[in-house]
Amino acid sequence: MATSPHTLSSRLLTGGVGGCVWYLERRAVQASPHKFMHLFRNASKQWVTFQHFTFLKRMYVTQLNRSLRQQIKPKAEPVASPFLEKSSSSQAKAEVYEMKPFAPSTLSLPRKPNETELIELESASIIEGSVDVGKETKDEKQWKEMKLRVDDLPGILARLSKIKLTALVVSTTSAGFALAPGPFDLSCFLLTSVGTGLASCAANSINQFFEVPFDSNMNRTKNRPLVRGQISPLLTVTFAACCAVPGVALLTWGVNPLTGALGLFNIFLYTCCYTPLKRVSIANTWVGAVVGAIPPVMGWTAATGSLDAGAFLLGGILYSWQFPHFNALSWGLREDYSRGGYCMMSVTHPALCRRVALRHCLALLALSAAAPALGVTTWTFPVIALPINLYISYLGFRFYRDADRKSSRKLFFCSLWHLPLLLLLMLTCKQRGVDRDSGEPQS
Amino acid sequence: MAAWRVLGKRRLPTLGRAFAARSCRLAPERGAECGEAARSRVSRFCPPRTSCHDWIGPPDKHSNLRPVHFHVPEDESAAEQKLRELRQETQEWNQQFWANQNVTFRKEKEEFIHSRLKAKGLGLRTESGQKATLNAEEMADFYKEFLSKNFQKHMHYNRDWYKRNFAITFFMGRVALERVWNKLRPKQKTSS
Repeated sequence: MATSPHTLSSRLLTGGVGGCVWYLERRAVQASPHKFMHLFRNASKQWVTFQHFTFLKRMYVTQLNRSLRQQIKPKAEPVASPFLEKSSSSQAKAEVYEMKPFAPSTLSLPRKPNETELIELESASIIEGSVDVGKETKDEKQWKEMKLRVDDLPGILARLSKIKLTALVVSTTSAGFALAPGPFDLSCFLLTSVGTGLASCAANSINQFFEVPFDSNMNRTKNRPLVRGQISPLLTVTFAACCAVPGVALLTWGVNPLTGALGLFNIFLYTCCYTPLKRVSIANTWVGAVVGAIPPVMGWTAATGSLDAGAFLLGGILYSWQFPHFNALSWGLREDYSRGGYCMMSVTHPALCRRVALRHCLALLALSAAAPALGVTTWTFPVIALPINLYISYLGFRFYRDADRKSSRKLFFCSLWHLPLLLLLMLTCKQRGVDRDSGEPQS
Repeated sequence: MAAWRVLGKRRLPTLGRAFAARSCRLAPERGAECGEAARSRVSRFCPPRTSCHDWIGPPDKHSNLRPVHFHVPEDESAAEQKLRELRQETQEWNQQFWANQNVTFRKEKEEFIHSRLKAKGLGLRTESGQKATLNAEEMADFYKEFLSKNFQKHMHYNRDWYKRNFAITFFMGRVALERVWNKLRPKQKTSS
């Protein structure tokens, strides 16, 4: 009884992270403690490489890796980005700048320059024409029909809902659920995961709906579905509603009203507070950290039905983790933020940015130590988590002191594996069989 | 599979895509011109004659926004026309803002780099002939200054953008509902 919910919950948690880790972890549990630590080290190394590559490839691309991304990114339709850099598109410029509002009374071409362009080109010499035609054929190919193909829809919706981020959010919720005391209820767990996943999809879709012109101007986000015209704003909103309503309903009536309320609140916080606030004040980072902290709290409340100290501890760990993660990431995006009009600490208050990142790395140490005090884990946890907590704090300190691209990237990539590993360690050191009356752990 | 595709096509209007017109018949004059254009391959802004959807182009060099060529169906209703005009106008407005923003940014960045290099006593080109640049830490001052200088401009833009985005989406919804409604009562129309 004591071991089965633990292994099951651990498995489910790491299911979102990688199959190889799942397998190794299962072996680890069955192996001796000595082998256990060895396997964990291997697992974390393997996982670092996998996640490192996955994230580098897809999500967090800095300007340095722009070419790498364009080569690796799988495309259903060729975007032909190398062409964009090289083509002069002087005609494109003329076309766009000279656009006049369409006069509904006429049934002629919607743009007068198009007409004159046609006449000019028709009367041009063949030699001149052929050169232009060569360039234009290239440009022509880049124009895509805005037709929604049903085959493409799953891929488009996955990108719209930031499916990978959603998967990470659901895995933090699973961790919260698994770490909560009491017997492990599989159906409740699944309902919570699905509900949280749907809520996250909805929130991410609305975020993209609001940010189309800004996303177009940032390298990291310029290939999103709405930016590329693969889906309409109306369909995006419809999809978000179709995710939010069942998601929150599932959480409210399938799990408990508290979890449902937290889910709804988180959607609101992310779409209506964080997203607009990004362009107004640096306080958006703190709001965003709360958004990231709520999912594990939801997992906990789904399992226990109440907001205990353990829920706040987990929320606190996720909250503190957001700062080294995001501040380090934002350090390399300062140019895009400045040009796009985003108010981020890394641009407006760089010293504060680094200070806060370091501060929260140290907070992670303190929160890990608080875990056994609150009865969430045994005292083994802060001890075995000490190396990774010290390491991230060290990188946080280097970032604080050096304030350069290299240290920011190191801190960022460390944060990517630090959190899942920390949660995994918490799970393995979970305080089992706590006597609720006396508060004393049963042996 | 083919049957599914046909089904998908038929379902397009009810999916709420404002661009999927009921009829693909272009006006004769325009059709002829577009046909000529297609044949002589002179303009990339004229979509194929058989197309009844909007077309989206590559990102603009200055604004990074993708221009959309709006399809004008023959039987465009008042609501559809209003939507299309709003989208066209928003596109131009966005294009102007971002083109201006990006061009200004690049210009001021160049000026900043020049002034800093001059202050350091360095030339505009390195020994190898490459354009001299400053590192990210030196550029940070410029980024901060640029952001704060344009803050009010962004506030106004944000407010307008949110309004337009909501309006466009609302009109899209209205057009979609109108289409669904018209589709559901063709019998009534023919009988009366």
